[in-house]
Amino acid sequence: MTARTGAATPPPFSSMPLFEMQGVSKRYGGVLALTDANLAIHAGRIHAVLGENGAGKSTLIKIMAGVVAPDDGHMLLDADSVTFNSPSDAQAAGISCIFQELSLIPDLSVADNIAISDPPLRFGLIDRRAQRRLAEEALARAGAGNIHPSALVKDLPLSRRQMVEIAKALARKPRILILDEATSALTATDVTKIYGVLKRLRSEGLALVYISHRMHEIAELADECTVFRNGRSVASYVAGAKSDSEIVELMIGRELAGEFPKRPVRTTSHAPPRLEAFHLSWDDRLHDISFALHAGEVVGLGGLDGQGQRELLLALFGVLRGTTGKVSIDGTAVTIASPSVAKRKDIGMALIPEDRKSEGLMLPMSVRDNLAFAAQDELSRWGIVDRSAERKAVERIVQRLAIRTDGLYVPAASLSGGNQQKLVIGKWLMVSPRILLLNDPTRGIDVGTKQELYELLRELAQAGAAILFYSTDVDELVGCCDRVLVMVDGAIRRELAGPAITEHALVSSALNLGTEKELPT
Amino acid sequence: MSGDVRYWLRENIGTIFAFAAFVAMFLLYVANHSAGLNANVAQTAANKGVILAIVAMAQTFVVLTSGIDLSVGMVMVLANCLASQIVIGTPMSTAFGVLAVLAVGAVCGAINAMIVIFGRLQPIVTTIATGAIYYGAALALRPVPGGDVNATLADALTGQFAGGLPASLFLLLALVTLVWWPFRHSVIGRAVYAVGSSEVSAYMSGVPIRRAKFAAYTLSGLLASVAGLFVTFVTYSGEASAANGGTYTLYSIAAVVLGGVSLFGGSGSAIGAIFGALMFRTIGDLLFVFDVEPLWQPLFQGAVLMAAVCLGSLRLLRIRNRLELYG
Repeated sequence: MTARTGAATPPPFSSMPLFEMQGVSKRYGGVLALTDANLAIHAGRIHAVLGENGAGKSTLIKIMAGVVAPDDGHMLLDADSVTFNSPSDAQAAGISCIFQELSLIPDLSVADNIAISDPPLRFGLIDRRAQRRLAEEALARAGAGNIHPSALVKDLPLSRRQMVEIAKALARKPRILILDEATSALTATDVTKIYGVLKRLRSEGLALVYISHRMHEIAELADECTVFRNGRSVASYVAGAKSDSEIVELMIGRELAGEFPKRPVRTTSHAPPRLEAFHLSWDDRLHDISFALHAGEVVGLGGLDGQGQRELLLALFGVLRGTTGKVSIDGTAVTIASPSVAKRKDIGMALIPEDRKSEGLMLPMSVRDNLAFAAQDELSRWGIVDRSAERKAVERIVQRLAIRTDGLYVPAASLSGGNQQKLVIGKWLMVSPRILLLNDPTRGIDVGTKQELYELLRELAQAGAAILFYSTDVDELVGCCDRVLVMVDGAIRRELAGPAITEHALVSSALNLGTEKELPT
Repeated sequence: MSGDVRYWLRENIGTIFAFAAFVAMFLLYVANHSAGLNANVAQTAANKGVILAIVAMAQTFVVLTSGIDLSVGMVMVLANCLASQIVIGTPMSTAFGVLAVLAVGAVCGAINAMIVIFGRLQPIVTTIATGAIYYGAALALRPVPGGDVNATLADALTGQFAGGLPASLFLLLALVTLVWWPFRHSVIGRAVYAVGSSEVSAYMSGVPIRRAKFAAYTLSGLLASVAGLFVTFVTYSGEASAANGGTYTLYSIAAVVLGGVSLFGGSGSAIGAIFGALMFRTIGDLLFVFDVEPLWQPLFQGAVLMAAVCLGSLRLLRIRNRLELYG
């Protein structure tokens, strides 16, 4: 036994745990999502699970909810070993889960959704009246009595849907209720109601597993906490036993995985910023975002996953309809109404999307075609592609990025994940972008390719590009960026620069803890 | 309770719209028909409309799962050819013949289901391929048009009933009450809607996805064979006509769209599809009473279909993230 597993020994609670996970591991391809994870939850208590992006929390609850099967380890319910082959198995065992991505059926009514797993029957058919009573009761229990049971889910705003989701989980009369970021879409009034509901459920003897990044919620609700890091459960403790700062230490404390290229000393220039955004807002996802991005700079976008970083990149790239605010390029105001405007010569913007399979590449098409797509205009005259110029340009990129491929004419699908990602980046390098937006480009690629990518980014910046780089990996932000903008709830919460970019600072600002200096306003 | 009515309208808007459009067209047709609405006019119109209506019902089941069944027309043709061989003779043997035809239809649908569920092939490819096979079987059964059918049964179902009402409408009504209504209110029926609306959410909610798809495709085959039987009753013979099979398949999709069933799955009803089918048929009749050349018929049907699809796409104007347009 190593010291690390020693630290994971559960606190001395007197009662027997209702549900226990022992030494659970899960591997996705080459990535270990969960290693030897332990968790013990008790009836009548709220157990908070903490950890940064990719710490293994999602995998943990997917295993508990029967969505994925663990590779190794045991699960015990009432001290009996259990295995779940599907979500229905877990539900039958009394485990209900409220997922971050909603599990509601958009075209069905609220009542249909609440009763979907086990609708009341009469003569073999669904008893709509009984179903309606059941739905009304569940909605009332969730503190959402004002939602009409006959409304279609697709017509409800996100916060209402989240309440329906909670009612749905309660209607199954679970013994264990898992809430994964269940409050992230809720309004303040709903959150207060939900606190009341959760406390009542606790007093009714349910075991609750609560995953949230909002430290004040955890302080308000949790009885016990477990911290996850790199797929391991590193500490379990009674709520209140550790300070915020200690918790952040537990969450980060890992050795740096990669080597990062040196940051050059930047000379201050008086040129207007390459890109400047003024008060950008969109829907209810982006709020009043202003920042500047200079030539030669690598600026990171930090924060927990899903705080509007993706939307910000899409808004800049002209994908989102109804964006308000202004954008200027080299000091001149521009309107970017679509990606084709964004890639125009005078703007020169490129976006490396997060989902390379659907948004970045045409997988069945050849390496050459994929690389040449964005540069079609530069490589053609009067609408005819100059094949030899195209081949030369493509070969140059393949060499420069060291893309490992079996020739230029094999389908993109035949390349490894890392090389596919290089292909997406290479596609945009063909047009020599002046502004490069990257959406979590290293997710799911190997360490070696990551390394090459970091060097490439620095090289491009040296050559005068301005780079805005969203990453869910804190290491990367610390290692790669000249400045980092930390986003919380669709707004830039803090800006960190130079030596102030530390793991601790990034994680605590992402958690919205008030330990760092506020952004001057 | 006014809230309930509003939500009911919201949920059934496609069906209501199809119903209203059909009634308007049909009234226009009757008002301009030289003979007005008499029993014979109604009987002929109904017999023509009901075949497409049943095929459209068949199509609805699969479209609700967000799939598509391009074999419905061929299953209908196969059922027609088989019925022209075995639905004949004593009442007993006729009854067995009918059951056998229905069983063959259901098996055709079940084969589609198995390939889609376990082979994980796209419904469109699967049903093109199986459709060709079913047509091949029909051709083997009846290389040249011919055969016969129990005339008593045929006349009863295609004739008039209870003082001049078309009997075929009662058949349609029976299918709605005995097949569609129970389906709509069953757990498996709801699962079909859930799968079509969001398969991931359905899986997460523990909905029986495979059973739902199996039921949808099998019911589709079953109803297609009912349509095939009805074709036999109208024509008193069987014919392995590729043109008929293809046309009915395509028209069934048109009828489903006109009837407010979403091709993305998860919303709409077979009742809407029935009115969609009747509407599609009425377009042809309308052109006839207004003395428009029959050559124009496809063009008008196309224009009406286009208009219906455009109405259905209005919601796209509200999308704010352009990536969702391509999702």
